[in-house]
Amino acid sequence: MARIIVVTSGKGGVGKTTTSAAISMGLAKKGYKTAVIDFDVGLRNLDLVMGCERRVVYDFINVINGEANLNQALIRDKHCEQLYILPASQTRDKDALSVEGVGKILEELSKEFQYIVCDSPAGIEKGAHLAMYFADDAFVVTNPEVSSVRDSDRMLGLLSSKSRRAEQNEEPIKEYLLLSRYSPDRVKLGEMLSVKDVQEILSLHLLGVIPESKSVLNASNSGIPVILDQKSDAGQAYADIVARYLGEEKPHRFIDEKKGIFGKLFGGK
Amino acid sequence: MSLLDYFRVTKASSASVAKERLQILVAHERSSRSQPSYLPQLQKELLEVIRKYVNVGQDAISVNFEQDDDQEILELNIVLPDHQAKKS
Repeated sequence: MARIIVVTSGKGGVGKTTTSAAISMGLAKKGYKTAVIDFDVGLRNLDLVMGCERRVVYDFINVINGEANLNQALIRDKHCEQLYILPASQTRDKDALSVEGVGKILEELSKEFQYIVCDSPAGIEKGAHLAMYFADDAFVVTNPEVSSVRDSDRMLGLLSSKSRRAEQNEEPIKEYLLLSRYSPDRVKLGEMLSVKDVQEILSLHLLGVIPESKSVLNASNSGIPVILDQKSDAGQAYADIVARYLGEEKPHRFIDEKKGIFGKLFGGK
Repeated sequence: MSLLDYFRVTKASSASVAKERLQILVAHERSSRSQPSYLPQLQKELLEVIRKYVNVGQDAISVNFEQDDDQEILELNIVLPDHQAKKS
C-alpha cells in the first residue's frame, strides 16, 4: 500500500510545485518507488519544473478516460529510476477530474508505488479538492506572509472536513508545516513573521523551513528539482525535510540568520 | 546586548502587527468553521418569520453556536424595537 501525500497551500505561488518536485525526488533517492501527480489540469507545470516537458505523450485525464493506460502515461525521471511523473492535461478543463476516476488511478498506483505525491493546484476548487481527498499526509506549504498563512488555515479546515478520511471517520490526515521563502535576516529585523509565529497561529507540526534562495529559480530554469543541488541551502533544506518525514532526527537549520564578519562583531546576543 | 541594539528603534514591528491580525482572524474563521452549515439559512428564515409580525431590521437577530465537550448550545438573540410597530 502506498502512502499518499498531498502538497497543498490554498494560495498560489508559495512553492507547491517546487516542493512536490523536491520531495518526490528526495523519497525516490532514498530508494522508495515514488509517483508524483500534477493535479493542475489546464495549467500543468510540474513537467517543466522536473524537466520532462518534452516527453509528455499521455496525461492524467487520458488515463481517467481510458484513452491510455497508466504505464503509457507515467514518465520515468531521467535522474532517478525510482521516480515517475504523471502530468496533468494541458487542454481539458478540470471538470474532467472525478472522485471515482482519481480514486481508481490512485488505487492502481498504490499496488506498485510506495509513495504517491499529489501536487495540488492553488485555490479550493475541484482540482485542489481531489488532490487532497485521498491523502494520508498533507504538506502545507506556507510563506511567512499574512495571505498565505490565512489560506493555509483555510486548507487545514478543508483537510479535516472534506477529505475521505474525514468523511469516513477514519484517523485524520497528518498535517505538516513547510515554511518556505524564509528570510532569517528579515525576521530578525521584525519585518517577517517568524517560524514560531506561524506555528503558533496554525498550531502545526513543523517539518522544515526552506530559506529564500536563488537556487530555487536556478533549479526550475534548468528543470532539475532543487533537492539535487545539495550545495544549495534550499536543496539541503528539502533533503532534511524528506529525512524528517521518514523519521530521521535532524536538527532544524536555516532558521537563524547567517552571520557575516560584521554581524559577528556587532550582532552578537 | 550588542552595540547595534542601542540604536534600534523600539516600535511595534510589522511582523508583530501581522501576527496579531492573523491570530484574531484565524480564531474568528475557525469558530465559524465549526458551526453547522445550516446556520446562515436558519438565521435568514427566522428573520423572515419575525418580520411578519414585528418590524425589525436585518441585524436585529444574532445566532450563536457554541460547542462544549458534550453539549451544543444554540443561542438566538432578537432585539425588538422600542415601539413594537406591528405590520398591518
